[in-house]
Amino acid sequence: MPYDSIVCIKQVPDTANVTADAMKADGTVNRAALPAIFNPDDLRALEIALQVRDQHGGTVTVISMGPPKAADVLRECLYRGADRAILLTDRRAAASDTLATSYILAQAIKTVGRYDFVFCGRQAIDGDTAQVGPQCAEKLGIPQVTYLEKLVELRDRTARIRRNVGNGWEIVEVGLPVLVTVLDTAAEPRPPAARRVMKYKRAVVRAELDAAVKAERPSATAAELEAEVERRAEPLRARGLMMEQWNLDDIKADLSWCGLAGSPTKVHRVQAIVLTKQGYTEIPATEDGVRRLVRELVVDHTLG
Amino acid sequence: MIEPNRNGEVWVYAEQEDGALHDVALELCGKVRELADRLGVKTGVVLAGWNVRELAYRLFHHGADRVYLVEDRKLEHFQTQPYARVVCTLIEKHKPQIVLFGATAVGRDLAPRVASQMRCGLTADCTDLDIADVDDPSAKKTHKNLLLQIRPAFGGNIIATIVNPDRWPQMATVREGVMPLRDPDMQRKGEIVAEKIKFEERDFAVRLIERHREPRKVNLKGARTIVAGGGGVGSKANFKVIHDLAGAIGGAVGASRAAVDGGFIGKEHQVGQTGTTVRPALYIACGISGAIQHRAGMEESAKIVAVNWDKEAPIFGVAHYGIVGDLNQVIPMMVKAIKERPKE
Repeated sequence: MPYDSIVCIKQVPDTANVTADAMKADGTVNRAALPAIFNPDDLRALEIALQVRDQHGGTVTVISMGPPKAADVLRECLYRGADRAILLTDRRAAASDTLATSYILAQAIKTVGRYDFVFCGRQAIDGDTAQVGPQCAEKLGIPQVTYLEKLVELRDRTARIRRNVGNGWEIVEVGLPVLVTVLDTAAEPRPPAARRVMKYKRAVVRAELDAAVKAERPSATAAELEAEVERRAEPLRARGLMMEQWNLDDIKADLSWCGLAGSPTKVHRVQAIVLTKQGYTEIPATEDGVRRLVRELVVDHTLG
Repeated sequence: MIEPNRNGEVWVYAEQEDGALHDVALELCGKVRELADRLGVKTGVVLAGWNVRELAYRLFHHGADRVYLVEDRKLEHFQTQPYARVVCTLIEKHKPQIVLFGATAVGRDLAPRVASQMRCGLTADCTDLDIADVDDPSAKKTHKNLLLQIRPAFGGNIIATIVNPDRWPQMATVREGVMPLRDPDMQRKGEIVAEKIKFEERDFAVRLIERHREPRKVNLKGARTIVAGGGGVGSKANFKVIHDLAGAIGGAVGASRAAVDGGFIGKEHQVGQTGTTVRPALYIACGISGAIQHRAGMEESAKIVAVNWDKEAPIFGVAHYGIVGDLNQVIPMMVKAIKERPKE
């Protein structure tokens, strides 16, 4: 029995490899100094979806919400075997918190229409909130199974999933459709397939064509630009190399639930980590020094 | 979503499993007591499960004024949807101004489902909470007594303060072990409010088939003293010096990610952002350079002693006492000094 999956993926700054340049003097993050990568948990979510399709048939559709640059991770998905890639990009979606993001993603998923599984990574490394998956499930009105470690069994539109809950594991059974969040220990992601890389490295979204044409012809009129973009898009479309690009109108989003207006949480203040402590005593690395330290710790009741 | 309700209570979702409360529930009881006193309101705790009434008394001892008790055989094991229905129904009925959850596997599964249904904000993994007036320059108004939700973000490189001005309740998950577990007041009493929730068939779409729990062998969170080793220890064999010092003090053994990745010790000993967050009375960091991810998990310790040969190591930036030297020489000296320490 074939199963259709939708995978939500995110391009994130590589917060695990932060260098000194990553922080500006005012304490804000310099995103340009950080390489953008495929969110690690999402790569495993994609792998699980591909395995379901490889074993049972069906399709894998990937959706990424982000700026046009996020087309990079969509291409990565095509290299690995995704059937369809959709970029959800709209300036009006900027500054969305997790609630607004989950609303927008849920609208996009509804627009795709038919699905048996929605797979998400457990969390994205830039925010580490792990909220968008469960919030999306609620918006879609379907059950959620978080922390997938293994898809144990799938038959007759019923899945058995092993969840890692930190202090142990459990196996749950759920009828489809379901939203599943996937841990980074779930499956080793397959490498890009060379043949697919050759084919899909030219895949683009509309926004990338727009930017390329605009850069080449800075003095062209809007109508000329439009015509040139269309001229280039035509053959790409014929070869299946135009990835879909949707905006908030395409998914019939209520704008009051999107972006800043749709976000109940507001960032009040951001500080670069400042190390705070009261007093520092350097102890010489000698018997006497260490003895003095232990005595101090006993006197202030730190040591019994 | 509920309207801002300045008289609303300050709530905790009390996580329990098999009739045992999670520590974080008790930690949060102490915190909401403090927040509620500043706001001049009562504290409330949502306690759901089967045969869990007895737990209410422990919650009272730790600061709860009211325990909203939902007992139902169907709630014997945690499941997202029925538990979300419990929390949402009670929020709509009682309109609390703040609802806190532990940032555990359960809390991080349940809280976003609730927030989505309530269409309110939710801040994940807070490490501190406060109450303050917040100016909103664009609306030219001041929001009185908002909950400041403070959390590390961006891989721990920044600290963000988040507020939720108008779409209430103000909700947050809070990391385990960051709020101090206060001593219980055994005389403290409270009120049990029994609640009945009507479930629907579809709330039980996910069925538990099998369950396996591993007893926590390493209790870093509960340890009063932790001796932690890092990459500078050099090898698995040499980690013995860390065990020796921990043994002499009667403390737990911790480790940095470098030590775990190096195979010196198991991951269950890891302190830091991807490991356990700790705040012991004494933390002795040996051969740990002090990457930000590690510091985020231990810098709240009351006293920090760092031993490292590199005097530029960032760990000294959070330490109260620093010893620049070879840990293979310094640690045996410490073991000796501790064994021979004067009795207070």
